Amino acid sequence: MKPAPFAYRRPGTLAEAVSALAGEPDAKVLAGGQSLVPLLSMRLASPAMLVDINGIPDLDAIVVNDAGDAVEGDDGGVRVGALARHAAVLASPEVRRVQPLVPMALQHVAHATIRNRGTTVGSIVHADAAAEMPVVLALLGGSVEVEGPGGRRTIPAEELFLGPLQSSVAHDEIAVSAYVPGLAAGAGVAFDEIARRHGDYALVGAAALVEGDRVRVGYLSVGDVPTVVDLSGVADDELGEAALAHLDPPDDIHATAAYRAQLVRVLTTRVVRSARDMAEGL
Amino acid sequence: MTTKLMGQKVQRVEDQRFLRGQGRYVDDVAVERDLLHAAVLRSPHAHARIVDIDVADVLDVEGVHAVWTYEDLTGPMSEPLPLLIPHPDLTHGRTQYALAKDEVNYVGEAIAFVVADDRYVAEDAVDRIRVRYEPLPPVVGIDAARAADRLVHDDVPGNIGARMEQSVGDAPAAIKAAPHTLTLDLTVERSACTPLEGRGTVARWDPDLNRLQVWTSTQSSTGVRAVVAVKLGLDLGQVDVITPDVGGGFGVKINHPWPEELLVPLAARALGRTVKFTEDRREHFISSAHERGQVHHIEVGFDDDGRLLGLDVEFWHDHGAYTPYGLIVPIITSTQLLGPYKPQNYRVVFESLYTNTVMVTPYRGAGRPQGCYAMERTMDAIASYLGKDRTEVRSVNFIQPDEFPFDQGLIFQDGRELEYDSGDYPASLEKIKALVGWDEFPAFQAEMAAQGRHVGIGLACYVEGTGVGPYEGAHVHIETSGKVKVATGLTTQGQGHQTVFAQLVADELGCSFEDVEVVTGDTRRMPYAVGTFASRAAVMSGSAIHLAAKRAKEKVLKIAADALEAAPEDLEIVDGVVSVKGSPGSSIDLGTVSVLSNPLRYAFDEASKAATQFSVGDPGKPPVPEDEEPGLEGKDFYSPERATFASGMHAVIVETDPETAEIRILKYAVVHDCGHLINPMIVEGQIHGGVAQGVGGALYERMAYDESGQLLNASFMDFLMPYVTEVPDGIDIDHLETPSPLNPLGIKGAGEAGVIPSAAVFAAAIEDAERVGRPEFTVTAMPISPSELFALRQEHS
Amino acid sequence: MSEELHDVRLTVNGATHEIRVPARRLLSDALRHDLGLTGTHVGCEHGVCGACTILVDGAPMRSCLMFAVSAAGHELTTVEGLADPDGSLGPVQQAFLECHGLQCGFCTPGFLTTITAGLRDNPTPTHEEARDMIAGNLCRCTGYQNIVKAVERAAEIGAERA
Repeated sequence: MKPAPFAYRRPGTLAEAVSALAGEPDAKVLAGGQSLVPLLSMRLASPAMLVDINGIPDLDAIVVNDAGDAVEGDDGGVRVGALARHAAVLASPEVRRVQPLVPMALQHVAHATIRNRGTTVGSIVHADAAAEMPVVLALLGGSVEVEGPGGRRTIPAEELFLGPLQSSVAHDEIAVSAYVPGLAAGAGVAFDEIARRHGDYALVGAAALVEGDRVRVGYLSVGDVPTVVDLSGVADDELGEAALAHLDPPDDIHATAAYRAQLVRVLTTRVVRSARDMAEGL
Repeated sequence: MTTKLMGQKVQRVEDQRFLRGQGRYVDDVAVERDLLHAAVLRSPHAHARIVDIDVADVLDVEGVHAVWTYEDLTGPMSEPLPLLIPHPDLTHGRTQYALAKDEVNYVGEAIAFVVADDRYVAEDAVDRIRVRYEPLPPVVGIDAARAADRLVHDDVPGNIGARMEQSVGDAPAAIKAAPHTLTLDLTVERSACTPLEGRGTVARWDPDLNRLQVWTSTQSSTGVRAVVAVKLGLDLGQVDVITPDVGGGFGVKINHPWPEELLVPLAARALGRTVKFTEDRREHFISSAHERGQVHHIEVGFDDDGRLLGLDVEFWHDHGAYTPYGLIVPIITSTQLLGPYKPQNYRVVFESLYTNTVMVTPYRGAGRPQGCYAMERTMDAIASYLGKDRTEVRSVNFIQPDEFPFDQGLIFQDGRELEYDSGDYPASLEKIKALVGWDEFPAFQAEMAAQGRHVGIGLACYVEGTGVGPYEGAHVHIETSGKVKVATGLTTQGQGHQTVFAQLVADELGCSFEDVEVVTGDTRRMPYAVGTFASRAAVMSGSAIHLAAKRAKEKVLKIAADALEAAPEDLEIVDGVVSVKGSPGSSIDLGTVSVLSNPLRYAFDEASKAATQFSVGDPGKPPVPEDEEPGLEGKDFYSPERATFASGMHAVIVETDPETAEIRILKYAVVHDCGHLINPMIVEGQIHGGVAQGVGGALYERMAYDESGQLLNASFMDFLMPYVTEVPDGIDIDHLETPSPLNPLGIKGAGEAGVIPSAAVFAAAIEDAERVGRPEFTVTAMPISPSELFALRQEHS
Repeated sequence: MSEELHDVRLTVNGATHEIRVPARRLLSDALRHDLGLTGTHVGCEHGVCGACTILVDGAPMRSCLMFAVSAAGHELTTVEGLADPDGSLGPVQQAFLECHGLQCGFCTPGFLTTITAGLRDNPTPTHEEARDMIAGNLCRCTGYQNIVKAVERAAEIGAERA
């Protein structure tokens, strides 16, 4: 289990990084590497070049705007730079204050040691439907900012996730930051998941956002991409079945589809109740 | 007066190096040296004919030194690997070649061997070998093997490697005549040892000495040495095998030789360079052995009290693609199934079956967990049928303390009678009931049920034959410094042998514990040995070391008696000083005794002057007396008539989530009887580890093969070895010490016990929890995941 | 075709080392094979087992999930760097000795580094926090019982020595 050979570039600026990527169609960006390096070591991926962005200054910024700052959105928001490690985002009291769903989900991302190196933006653009942060981005209607040869563009969450481990970030683009809006006053969020072992990818996970009558729940590990279902107006005892009408949980060696469906029922009820409690200030 | 160290919680001496990062494991040997690294091309198919292997692309990879396939092997290397433990009933034993010849029979089977400058380049080279396969239909799982629509080996009809039967009394007739009968069908899936360190071998050919040195992560140095010599056409005396620190074994490293254990030495000799192979984690899953997969059909007859009248067991054992370790695992299952009970009439028949999967050799417990599961599920079923408490049914079937030695009337894994030496099962049962709160549990269960919570309790008993022969030996050498160097041939993979063996030596010899240094698994120091398996190290090497120390002590006393002009029986040794009892002024230290033991012509330091020819000796006698040897040494071997039988009982309380079917462990209790304890801290550590492995085996771990024979979970991401978050927070342990009459220390083995009852005890507890509201609920297949528990609930609703 | 080599300066346990390695050399391999610091062990090479955990600028990270070339400019601490300056066992090491927190010793270096950082961040962990501190490391020998005790004991020793 050793990686195949690759060329290595460690640019000092974003522009250099973009041009390195442009020069090698089979290049990959190395940020935290916590998902990429195992793929390389197992030779499930063998890119010709790695562009290590860890030497680019300022990409680790975590910028939080409060509601009313009107810099990003009406309710404020959180912008996380490409080199911000999960651990730093999780530890940030500002992030917790403005968008508590982010730390709620982050504490379920692998183990603490992985979170020390892994990046939140990397986890999002890795586009693993079993991962927590893509669901958070999708549920909150966040976005990812990318830089490519044509300059910067913003990819909204609903256009980001194309399929299993496939995002709409082009091969010559670098995800520079991810943004999620803050939590509106009077709204509530919750996150829960069930995994075989603590720290494993979830068999099913769910994140809820309740804003007034509007109830939305995002799911991980139930499809090829993170899936958000609108459950507004659904009676409490019908939440799970209503969600399942939009989901097609898979079978695998750890759980049957029927069991995953059961977890969808249980978790949907739990996270909606919990988000509603938060919204109601309980 | 020196305190006896036997029975003390002595801190481990090996920890100093481990804690400082100075342990020496195989992959640490020869680092930073001019070293070559090996990698292996492994079959991607479970069953295929090899049509052609093309290595042309490899030869231009810079840094590649050798690429070998079967065609490159000659002489004994071109023959199949040895069948280590032949048995007359293994009528169709088959072993693989070091590199596959014509056919592959499991995903992971070695096909080509590459040696390169480093492992990275070696893997690049492996990727460039082109093999054309003609895929053959694979046989995966016990059902497919039994159906025998397809064969693993063309010349093995029905995929049956062996069929074996043993019986005592007449079980079918007794069952027919019994007032009550039950039938059970049970399954246990495959799992594996998965030590944190995989396999590894380093070899160096010394052209100046014409010798081969091999370091390998094995549980049998002497076994590897013998086979390397035979396969490479060397004299035994030309081969040294050294087992350095081993990062866990749990059974998988007792099988030998692995192909790489031969190919690395072969390459070292051919290339004249030190060569290293370090197995990676994926390789460990697909090319090192698995265990546990069995299906049981049980018929039992019993009376109104639940007393067994007849027990008839038929089971099918999945041994994978080859049978290098013979029938050891199923023989152990078939005999140790009986546990602490005396069924009076017992028949067991098993078939050991070929499948196109990784071979099966012992994994901690070695067939006992399956047997315990079969027997204990039967006990639970009888209790349920009769409406009796589960402990009552067990009680009436126990062998009683006054019935030892108790001959079960069968032949055990060592070819000897299955005769239990000692035990006290009723006392163990009382202890486990008290420890887990058995009698109080129904009230707790009812209280929880009233809150909508499901809790259940399970209990299981086992007997483990430990310390099987044929023998182990030990050599004790007291140096002129007074330090005591001890060697025993079996290997160590974390059990703290350097500590416990030093305790025994210090106790027997009267030297200080700190002065004792123990070496294991080095054929240069002790070339006669068997290996570390079957919970035998403490019993076998412990006894041998005790005996060897005794011999050394006799010699010490003889020489000291001369020097002190006293009778040997009037001497005592305390803290390394021999003195006349009651007259402490008259004394001599062990180092000086050692000096005197070796008459010298030449002095080399101050101390040795005392032993030179003008200083000592009676000119009228030979300097070395007749029947004596120079030097202060003791050597002895221990070879018992039969195994000694440890026993124990586990109990667990679990809670199952009514919605998610998650299984939570609320309490885990162990009562353990391994005779006298040498170091209770280490024994408890062994139990902790066994229990955690048992939790893994019962609730998390399995080998998920698909129909084509691909292992779908060949990584620690998907093979769910427990983290701390999955094991009980606290394990309550109580000991019983029923000494063994078979060895001088009264000890029994302790290494495997912790894992034996796990499947049984969890199945029982989960069943008990689920029966709250579903009286028919039955668990028959282990391991069980929440998803499977959920499916079972659906079936029972 | 020769593979491109990179000159990398690694700072490990306070000492600086210059090595010349291909970009693909895993940091774990560089420590072990290029620097001879074999105390860091490799148990899975996919980031799950934790045996290879070292401290990177004080934070525990998997050295099998980093490349040596990426580690330049960071302060690395391995198990070899955990003893006290006078050579005696550090608090976590001492606690493992006292509590029998290790058997085969292969996973131990990863636990020691992880707990060292964990106790620096939280010197007085509760029992639950002690368990949580080691929740990302696999051990096949001990069943974790005595490792949890060792975390708690190490906190005591740390307080005694402070």
